[in-house]
Amino acid sequence: MTTKKATVYIRLKDGVLDPQGVTIQKALAQMGYADVLSVRSGRFFELEMKPDSNNPDRQIEEICGKLLANPVIEKFEVEDSE
Amino acid sequence: MKVGVVTFPGSNCDYDAYAAVRHILKENVVFLWHKSSDLQGVDLVILPGGFSYGDYLRSGAIARFSPIMEQVVSFANSGGFVLGICNGFQVLTESGLLPGALIRNSHLRFSCKYVNLRVENAGTPFTGACRQGDVLRIPIAHGDGNYYNFDGDISELENSGRVVFRYVDHRGEVTGEANPNGSINNIAGIINAEGNVLGMMPHPERAVELILGSDDGLKVFESVRAACRSGIKAGQA
Repeated sequence: MTTKKATVYIRLKDGVLDPQGVTIQKALAQMGYADVLSVRSGRFFELEMKPDSNNPDRQIEEICGKLLANPVIEKFEVEDSE
Repeated sequence: MKVGVVTFPGSNCDYDAYAAVRHILKENVVFLWHKSSDLQGVDLVILPGGFSYGDYLRSGAIARFSPIMEQVVSFANSGGFVLGICNGFQVLTESGLLPGALIRNSHLRFSCKYVNLRVENAGTPFTGACRQGDVLRIPIAHGDGNYYNFDGDISELENSGRVVFRYVDHRGEVTGEANPNGSINNIAGIINAEGNVLGMMPHPERAVELILGSDDGLKVFESVRAACRSGIKAGQA
């Protein structure tokens, strides 16, 4: 049995202001990278589950909805790492 | 009135709230440890400001799952008074007791200053000592105070009198300059539909004596004391 590894990506929903992204975009423009139209920031988490985990996919999904992402402002995406 | 002030790891306004209730209001007050599951029979729970759990993940996101919060949620759902201040407001939105979310200030800076708050609804248990339209001078101190919600939910809050405090200028006008963090509609504080759970970013406990610069915050505490004494539970008024 192999351990289940997943990467969870958290992004702000479309339309939710991302002041960090806006600030980075402005800094880039100042640095001369005028081609960058917009920047959206986000974060990711790497989860490693026990080899004998019962339905790890469902658990990870649950964890994302309950804790890692705030569904009011954020969306998440789970990617199998191996 | 017996008040409970919750202490999470990283709370830093718990003593301010405690002092305001004990020394200014002269009411009974206890600390409620985050690992405890006992609300000790309090009439009002205060979730204080600070950086619970280091603000890791999102402000208030981890605190929401502490043992004491389970009790606070059922206390709130049975009509008990809950006041969330600053980080406490963030914990309330994360726990689902209040709608919406508090995101990073639009200018990205931590903002610590006095603001003017207009009382938009003087009919709540937390504002009964105010008059509609009163302008209170109360300080803010936050980095994540930008109230966000969906358009539909904002309209619902606005139409049902659930926006309790709004950032205004010294004349009581809603302006862009008076908005310290980018909150939609200059929203500074909201209440739940039942009227027993209030969240606000400004710190009334830091404005309870003139020597501190303002005693306008006392009105919030006096209001909820009066509500407790009248014995009217939320939703029965």
